[in-house]
Amino acid sequence: MTPGVPRWLLAPAALGAAFVLLPLVAIVARVPWSDLGALVTSEASRDALLLSLRTSATSTVLCVLLGVPMAAVLARTSFPGQGVVRSLVLLPLVLPPVVGGLALLYTFGRRGLLGETLDVLGVQVAFSTAAVVMAQTFVALPFLVVSLEGALRTAGERYELVAATLGARPTTVLRRVTLPLVLPGLLSGAVLAFARALGEFGATVTFAGSLQGVTRTLPTEIYLLRETDVDGAVALSLVLVVVAVLVIGLATRRRAPLRGPS
Amino acid sequence: MRRAVLAAAVLLPAVLTSGCGGADDGTVLRVLAASSLAGPFEQIAEEFERTHEGVDVQLSTGGSTDLVAQVQEGAPADVLATADTTTMEVAVADGLTDGEPRTFATNVLQLAVPPGNPAGVTGLADLADPARDVALVVCAPEVPCGAAAQRVAGAEGVTLAPVSEERSVGDVLGKVVSGEADAGLVYVTDVRAAGDAVEGIELPEAADVVNDYPVAALADADEPDLAQELVDLVLGDLGRQVLRDAGFGAP
Repeated sequence: MTPGVPRWLLAPAALGAAFVLLPLVAIVARVPWSDLGALVTSEASRDALLLSLRTSATSTVLCVLLGVPMAAVLARTSFPGQGVVRSLVLLPLVLPPVVGGLALLYTFGRRGLLGETLDVLGVQVAFSTAAVVMAQTFVALPFLVVSLEGALRTAGERYELVAATLGARPTTVLRRVTLPLVLPGLLSGAVLAFARALGEFGATVTFAGSLQGVTRTLPTEIYLLRETDVDGAVALSLVLVVVAVLVIGLATRRRAPLRGPS
Repeated sequence: MRRAVLAAAVLLPAVLTSGCGGADDGTVLRVLAASSLAGPFEQIAEEFERTHEGVDVQLSTGGSTDLVAQVQEGAPADVLATADTTTMEVAVADGLTDGEPRTFATNVLQLAVPPGNPAGVTGLADLADPARDVALVVCAPEVPCGAAAQRVAGAEGVTLAPVSEERSVGDVLGKVVSGEADAGLVYVTDVRAAGDAVEGIELPEAADVVNDYPVAALADADEPDLAQELVDLVLGDLGRQVLRDAGFGAP
């Protein structure tokens, strides 16, 4: 039995839900159902969907590889300037994605900070699928770090301290105690990162460009398609929404109930 | 507590809408113009405000398709100027324009390269040469500048192999300005507006592929008379002069 919420909370909550759901209803109402099959199975649409799934999955893996250590350092250590560091690494959350794309361009572009170094190494990032993954990772990483750091702080350090006093080394504690404890948080962070990568558009267009099968992801294809074929754009938007809902649904269904220290 | 929520519910819409209406009662003329027209239309709007006291010209620029879509969805607007006839025909077919649109300017494609032309591009043939491996960026065929690029290439019998097909001229130009691309196909007016950020290379082949810019007063205009006057100003001597300075051709 949960204590529930005061009844007056229901009205604004319903208002908020309606604000989010009504636009979704509106776009579903515009979907040209009779041509839906043809619109979403065109070669350009399939290429865009496959590219989006591929790049978003890769970005999510990168987010986990980079984000877990970042969240662990932010949650479990303290060093001077930590607050500033946290704000800075979370900056992509509030940065307009186009600005993020420009920042990436000024870093990894041909004339960017690392451009010449990369050129010497024979690495060409511009207009490649790798650029799409970089743009997506850049905007999605903070989502994973934020949710995981929150989970780490909520879980607390009690079990870790016990494990350490029993002789476990830091790596063992991380592997056997910390990560299993925050697995639900990690999973929801990864889902958020994936969803954000899937919807990424501004940084991709600015940094990676737009070419079918190489850099034109689903959101970019929708943006372009709207120019000539609004029905097609709406149909593809539905695909994007369905994929996102499926991913979020699957991930939350599997999530084990969180058992924090009590 | 309940009373506070009620007050918030009553006040919220008022707060949300108060920003939009505009406090003064002056006449507002809303002009929608293609992005490439931003510079010259700002000048034309200023001139219009100077000669029409109390009239505030609100200029809103964007992609032609976006602008037409805005009008279709009922956005308040008095005058519409697009970058090609195809988009304007959509507005005409939907009965959104007041009378026939009139062509007031033309535009042709030019090759934009980063300053110093690092890839040594001289013309269209270089772009199609696989041995040269020039990183070319164009507009996607779905948008007017991309359609024009295809027509130019088609007339010359060359096949372009761009590394990216962008949705707008601005995106193409951005890739050239940043040096990511070796060359981009954009309008001559875009090269002019970009100043020193890019160099322009004239394409003799492009002279035959001309984009017409039509303008029309809108059927749902709040200020039909003023709308017509602004259209006349665009088509008149001053409009023509301003547009020519920006690199546009005469119709």
